[in-house]
Amino acid sequence: MALIDLANPTRFLNLTARVLPWLTAATALAFAFGIYLVWAVAPDDYQMGAVVKIMFVHVPNAWLAMGVWAVMSLSAIGTLVWRHPLADVAAKSAAPIGAAFTFLALVTGALWGRPMWGTYWVWDARLTSVLVLFLMYLGVIALWRTVDDPSRAGRAAAILTLVGAINLPIIKFSVDWWNTLHQPASVLRLGGPAIHPAILTPLMVMALAFLLLFVTLHLAAMRNEILRRRVRTLWLMQAQGA
Amino acid sequence: MTSLSALFLRDVRLAMRVGGGALMGVLFFLIVVTLVPFAFGPDLAQLRRIGPAVLWIGALLASLLTLDRLLAADAEDGSLDLLLMSATPLELAVLAKAAAHWLTSSLPLVIATPLLGLFLNLEPSAIGAVALTLLAGTPALTCIGLIGAALSVVLRRGGLLLPVLVLPLTVPVLIFGVAASNAAIVGPMSFGAPFAILCALTLGSLVLGPLAAAAALRSGLE
Repeated sequence: MALIDLANPTRFLNLTARVLPWLTAATALAFAFGIYLVWAVAPDDYQMGAVVKIMFVHVPNAWLAMGVWAVMSLSAIGTLVWRHPLADVAAKSAAPIGAAFTFLALVTGALWGRPMWGTYWVWDARLTSVLVLFLMYLGVIALWRTVDDPSRAGRAAAILTLVGAINLPIIKFSVDWWNTLHQPASVLRLGGPAIHPAILTPLMVMALAFLLLFVTLHLAAMRNEILRRRVRTLWLMQAQGA
Repeated sequence: MTSLSALFLRDVRLAMRVGGGALMGVLFFLIVVTLVPFAFGPDLAQLRRIGPAVLWIGALLASLLTLDRLLAADAEDGSLDLLLMSATPLELAVLAKAAAHWLTSSLPLVIATPLLGLFLNLEPSAIGAVALTLLAGTPALTCIGLIGAALSVVLRRGGLLLPVLVLPLTVPVLIFGVAASNAAIVGPMSFGAPFAILCALTLGSLVLGPLAAAAALRSGLE
């Protein structure tokens, strides 16, 4: 089935109605397995102790914080180039989920930082650029919320998303540069790619679980958005008929 | 070319005359800088240290203040529709409008910087560095703001939405602008590297801003 076949919202609704229960079950299973691995298999860090378990929530959230913006950018291209009718639905419903993942990454990072660095917040390069990313998510959500006509807001939000996608690497680069200027010593190092498999496997399982969670939530949110637009159209027709 | 220069001159004239509010930004800039010693205390040594940052924040906020009139006035009286229908490429038309806006509302900020720098106890060389970085960096602010102005015209919502959309995108300009000014004053690094990146950001925004703004305006037309 090609992507263009999903342009019919009814077909999309039918397909997702069949897929969603399976996805939900897969998400629950992945989380159960992942949490089991995190608590039973992954060893405590010799230095951090049990606090290191925060990593298994924090890192997938941080990955998804960036990944969801990529999903939104692809949807934005779909809106602007192909006028795919579901692309702006996808972009709109992804924004709050992405903001939530970014928020969770910030909060878990702060909770992790408190015992490790002795403070909830440092102006570290990563933290700062994730904070800016969070602000940009809020900007996109604010844009969606100020306009009642979804098709008009769709293309404006798509342009803002793409401008953000071009700017995010620049922001990341400049924040890194600014940070090295101010505090030369990096606070957080995971030891590069040399992570022991006993930690890497649970991390990957948890990442998969969060990815499944995103797909499930995103599809469900897209269904809600389609239904919301249908209700809106019905209301408008009713108001015009009366 | 003549239509672009006519558009440019028209915008400059409109901004200079009554109701244009070209000097409003400078007044705002002056007030922000005046408020700073009330908050931080009149310690001259401290003011000298934070001076470049204060001038940059003030200029950033002052250039935001006038942005929502950049395209909104033309959208209200219908001349924006004429621009959209004309044979002149819309990208160049909005670039001409942005240039006029920069000339009338950002360049006065740069000119006011030496005076405000004296208030903040900056050395002449530091004043020169801040003014130079503002001269190089404010076109980037105008062009990034142009995107926000176009979006808020399309959505017919100005006000607070514009700063919320624009300010996160100005983070790199602020970082390199302040860094270059500070490098000229205290070191340890050279003025050249951050200043060159600041110029690169401006050049990039000069391309990205008009393209994105024109795309936004066209999408709003349909």
